[in-house]
This record gives sequence, structure tokens and C-alpha cells, in this order.
Amino acid sequence: MQRATTIIIGAGQAGLAMSQQLTELNVDHILIERGQVANSWRTERWDSLRLLTPNWQSRLPGYFYEGPDPDGFRTLGETIDLFDNYAEKISAPIQSETNVTRVTAEGQDYRIATDQGEWTCRTLVIASGVMNTPNIPGCADDLPTSIRSISSKDYRNPGQIEDGGVLVVGPSASGVQIAQELKLAGHDVILSIGEHVRLPRTYRGKDILWLMDRAGLFDTTIDEVDDPNRVRRLPSMQLVGSPTGMSIGLNSLQALGIEIVGRSGGFRDSTALFSGSLANVCQLADLKMNRLLASLDEWIQNSGLNAELEPSYQLRPTRVPETPTLSLSLAERGIKTVIWATGFKPDYHWLDLPVLDRKGHLRHTGGVVDAPGVYAMGLPFMRKRKSGFIDGVADDATALARHLRGYLDGQISMAA
Amino acid sequence: MTVTETNQTQLNGVNVAALLGAREALEAAPEAAEFTWKATSEWKGGVHTRTEINSFFGLGEDQARTKTFTVDTDHPEVFAAPDEAPTPVELILSGLAGCLTAGVASVAENRGVQLRSVKATVEGDMNLYGILGVDASVRNGFNAIRVTFEIDADASKDDIAALVAQSQKRSAVFDIITNPTNVFVEVA
Repeated sequence: MQRATTIIIGAGQAGLAMSQQLTELNVDHILIERGQVANSWRTERWDSLRLLTPNWQSRLPGYFYEGPDPDGFRTLGETIDLFDNYAEKISAPIQSETNVTRVTAEGQDYRIATDQGEWTCRTLVIASGVMNTPNIPGCADDLPTSIRSISSKDYRNPGQIEDGGVLVVGPSASGVQIAQELKLAGHDVILSIGEHVRLPRTYRGKDILWLMDRAGLFDTTIDEVDDPNRVRRLPSMQLVGSPTGMSIGLNSLQALGIEIVGRSGGFRDSTALFSGSLANVCQLADLKMNRLLASLDEWIQNSGLNAELEPSYQLRPTRVPETPTLSLSLAERGIKTVIWATGFKPDYHWLDLPVLDRKGHLRHTGGVVDAPGVYAMGLPFMRKRKSGFIDGVADDATALARHLRGYLDGQISMAA
Repeated sequence: MTVTETNQTQLNGVNVAALLGAREALEAAPEAAEFTWKATSEWKGGVHTRTEINSFFGLGEDQARTKTFTVDTDHPEVFAAPDEAPTPVELILSGLAGCLTAGVASVAENRGVQLRSVKATVEGDMNLYGILGVDASVRNGFNAIRVTFEIDADASKDDIAALVAQSQKRSAVFDIITNPTNVFVEVA
């Protein structure tokens, strides 16, 4: 049995940032990592992926980008290098290739069972990520066995996909990027669309994330929003980080010849059914994007940048087919593969503490979990809008490391 | 769900505070959110049917109303029927209008938008080759439904469009019409 004051489960951006902050506060700790640093980035992403966020937008505690291309987008390899280098720079004490099998409370301590032995600790940081298990709807089981059904987590490149049609389900970052890559590789691609967050890559000549960052939108705190549950569930932004800086969206995908259809409504025999709500989900996304752009216009005006930037303009509404397809015979259309880009859920099967809600999410207040001395990191909109981003873990790590130190010092006796 | 009274803080007569309170209460008691709506019907001769609507199940128990509503359906003279009442498909359209309009009013109330007038025209296109069995490739139901809202409110054009879009997002009837539903019919 080994002991550390704090155990951090997971050595991705969230765990590493916390490690750096705990080192600053002299809290001895170990990161337990199921694989290597940045394991999800290393093993669960497709080959051509680049980060959605520009290089400058990866500020970690004690690190910011100083390279030659602040507005570029890291490849997968460069992203892994970023975290490898950061782990080395901060001398993160990582116990790698170690799977946590069970976490239990033991008096004031926690016991961490792993496939490499047991640890105990006084405080625990759960930084195991939220993209553990693909959220594949139950109707996937109704697909004929002749159709290959995979999640975006299993997708690597077009070479892996059988010739013929592909139904991509999900219009967020993964879905639109995979749909585009497969269309460009010569596949017939149909993209099923539910609610999504439409964003242009640039607006008025600036990267949209630069504008949102400068306008302070990523620093919005969870206390400032009307409906915390809703903002925590929002799908990822419909963006791509491309070396050409191009935008991706339902209009550009349709221009390539991808057919868009409504939300997947399941399968009957070998027919795929789609919701008749396509026009509305597109309109919701357009209206929401227009409200965001209007608020950015207002910020630009108020901060005196109006003259420096291109004038304001309206984007074209999402083009919706006149009569969107409601049902599709998979055989007749030659669909051989269905790719589910329908989001993920966290996997806490190893967490034997009474801290999960009925949907299997951690019960927490700003990352302070509902059990003494237990903290979360890297959850979407955990404390601020940016919490789930690489760029957002620094502020959260600073705040929670202080809270954790206070708890150890007896200044905070209960979870806040 | 809750008795609605117009009070001075309400713009459109929707008790949003009660609805938000109900949402909070039901989040804590998921089983109370399981509702079953019910209608019972009886054939009146020809293609005329009378449906009665009273009780439903919700909040963990049967909910009885103090009065029973009656809804008749029949078919027009061009269907060689006496036209005693609207067709069932027209009631579907009225259900959609009622649901979306209630949604517009509720969302407007929640967003602090004063409505002055909300009118909707709902049209459903149908090819009778379906129900008459002339052409198996033609469906029985609507090929398309169009809803046109005319809304007069203290809000911008985009904000009014957002009310209507949000109303569709939260509408039961919109969902029932746009998404497949398993229907089980049996003879008792």
C-alpha cells in the first residue's frame, strides 16, 4: 500500500494543470494514468484531427505558446507533444499504464485500487475526462448486421471505411469534420442533424475564438447563467482547425454534395428514419449564432476596435433542403457504414462513492465534489465556460488547488 | 398542472413561476414526471366518432377533472359524409397550433416579451391516393405541414423568430408529428 496526500486520476490537460498547482502549494501527489500522458489524444482521435483552438489558446499554468504560429492549429502529434513537454517541464509525478479499478472512502481517506497495487490518499482529484464512453443511441442495435456501426472514437481515416455510402450521425465538430473527410475521399455521405452550435471560423477578419476570448465570453462563470444543466450539456462548437483557416458548416458541406437530414429517429427494418425538425434545428442554430455575432459587434464597438476590424456582416442562413429526407432505405442508398458522432459520457464505474447523479455525472459545486476532499477537473462549464477547454483548466486548477490546500490545513472542514 | 391565474407580474397570462417550480420539483422526483394522457371514444354511426376527455395520470396518481370535454370528428360532404364535425386530421392541425402557440406564450413570458396578438395558420398537404389505396407509394398522412405565424409583440423580428423556434424545440405535438412513435393497437 502506497500513500500520497493527493491522488489525481488522469494525466490529461486537467490533471497536469492540477499537478502544477499542487506542486506550487507543496502538496505531495501522484497522477495515476491508465496509459501515457494525454492518453485520449494519443489513442482515441482520428488521424487528421487538429485542435479547434488556435495555438495561443492553450495557456496552462506556467506555460503559454511562444512559437512562430500563434494562430495555427495543432495537429494531433503536436498536441501530444504539447502535453509530453508540459509534463516534463512541471516534473509531473506520473504513475503511467495504471488502471484505477475502484475508489472507496476509508475513514477520512480514500483508497485507490489499481491493476498496479493500492494507494491511499487524503484528497482526490478526478481528472479522468468526460469523453470516455460514446453516447450511442439504443437504436444502433436495430441496424442490420451487414451495416458497420462505429463511433467517432473508433474512426481513424477514410481507408478504414468500406466503399459506399456513410451515414454520419451528429452535426458537432467531430461529425462535420468526419463527414467532410469521407466526402472528399469519394464516399456518398449523409449527415443527420440535431441541435448544434453553428460558428464561423472567422468574423470581421478575426478568429471567432479570439473575439470570444477577448470579449470575456469564456470567463463567464456558472453562477452567471440561467440554466447550468443546459450549458453543461451543449454540444461542441461546429468548427474545424484547418491549416487554411477554412470554416466548416452545413452550407459548406452541402456545397460538397453531402445530404443533410433530420435527427436520427431510429431504424425500421433496414430503413433509417429522420426527424422532420431539420428546419427548426437549423434555424435555432442560425438565430443563436446571430445573437452571438451581434454581441461581439457590440463588444467591438464598445472597445473601440470598430475601425481596425472589417465591417459587420450577416452570414447566410443555413440552407435546408426543400423536402428533407425522412426515411432512407440503407440498402437502396448503398449505405455500408454508420458513424455515431453523438457525443460522449464519462465513465465512473470504478468510483464507489455516493457522488453521482441519476444521469451518472459527478455532483459538484464548481469542481468541489459532494464528498470531503474530492475535486473534479476538466468538466464542461465546471466553473467557467472555458473549463472544458485546454485553455480553461489553469483558472480551475488554481482555484481548486487552493481549496484543496485549505481543506488539508483544516480551514475547510466540509465540501463547500 | 397548476391553476393559472393572471397576476400583475405576468405579461401574457402564463404562470411561468409555477412551471419553473414544477420543473424543479419534478427533477427531484422523476417518477412524478411520468404522465399518461387518455381519451375514450365511441362510434356514433357513419364516420362520426365522439371522444371524451377527462382523467389523466400524472404526479404519481390519477388526475380527474371537474368536467368532461367532448370532441367530435366526422368528414365533410365531399367524402359523402354529413360533416357534423372536423376531420381527425384537422384536429391534429389544431393540436399543433395549440401546442406551438402555448409554447410561444410561455417562452415570451419567460423572456419578458409582451405579446399583443398571436395568430397561426396551419396547413397539411395530403394526397388521397394514400388513404384510398390507389397508389401504395403515396403515404396516408401529411406530405408536409406548414405553419405560418403572425405575431405582434414588443420584440425584434429575430427575437420573435427565436420565440417560435424555441416553442418548436419544446413542443410535444411538434415532436409527435416530426418523430416516429411506436403505436400499439389491440382489441380488448
